[in-house]
Amino acid sequence: MQLETLQAINAARAARRAAVVVTDLQTGRAEAFVEGHRFPDEWSAVIAGALRSGRPALATIEERSLFINVHLPPPRLVVIGAVHISQALSRFAPIAGFDMTIIDPRTAFATAERFRGVELIAEWPEDVLAGQPLDRYTALAALTHDPKIDDYPLRAALEAGCFYVGALGSRKTHASRTERFEGAGVGKETIERIKAPIGLDIGAASPAEIAIAILAEIIAALRNRDLGGQGGAR
Amino acid sequence: MTDETNVLDPLQIAESWHREGRAVALATVIETWGSAPRPVGSHLVIDGEGTFQGSVSGGCVEGAVIAEAADVIDSGVAKILEFGVADETAWRVGLSCGGRIRVYLERIDG
Repeated sequence: MQLETLQAINAARAARRAAVVVTDLQTGRAEAFVEGHRFPDEWSAVIAGALRSGRPALATIEERSLFINVHLPPPRLVVIGAVHISQALSRFAPIAGFDMTIIDPRTAFATAERFRGVELIAEWPEDVLAGQPLDRYTALAALTHDPKIDDYPLRAALEAGCFYVGALGSRKTHASRTERFEGAGVGKETIERIKAPIGLDIGAASPAEIAIAILAEIIAALRNRDLGGQGGAR
Repeated sequence: MTDETNVLDPLQIAESWHREGRAVALATVIETWGSAPRPVGSHLVIDGEGTFQGSVSGGCVEGAVIAEAADVIDSGVAKILEFGVADETAWRVGLSCGGRIRVYLERIDG
């Protein structure tokens, strides 16, 4: 593979665009194609198929034996709240392959000293999400316990079809959240997509353990998501 | 992507190793049969000294791929390696899980 091909794949992934690499297994020639660009006619069907399914495949086209690899952008994790659990998540989530962003308007919490290596934005979620909208490849976890901060991004995540939407809080807190959302006209089925209480039930007690329970629940949602369907989280 | 993600990403590593002037080979799982530890598309990256990152199996055949990588780095000619169950030749590397995999091994040129 030529260095330029490798650089093209890495640049596409960094820009959150899917890339497909077609390698001719006889000649060793490899070419990278980035989502949204034009593909050569004879390969467009297999490239489009690989992008759609996200699955690499072998193919024989015009007697050439090809390997088609797919590089999807890493899933994003948006965490609302620069809290103790988020500090632990900021260590685990990148290792598991997630691009993580933390949003918290409370500048006392959102300090660079408490969070290293992940994107940290000390602004209101309303303002941040206007410029960086959520999508189906994004998981959102609301961890502030404060409806003034959590409610807007939770509703935005449900609307965007995020593959995972979770909210920290007791059953009682979630019951009042459900009431508020219903009062605002959000459908019952939609509200049911919120994972609350958040995280897989592994008896987690410490912030780090809760972070692992949340991350495990996010991974389960990512791997079991409906690839062909419209809705994100199930 | 954050620094932590890059540390474990074979393609990012391949690019940065090349930038440092190291010879680099890239191994990719192109086909699997039966039970295979790593899915098609998985990468292992190897430098001229045999340093490696990533994986094409659960640690069962990496040693053999790394040995072959020296050849591919020297010649620049890509090859396809096949690994199966360690059967009658018990000393040969194989996959204890009973699966078979094909691995494409190439040099990064440029």
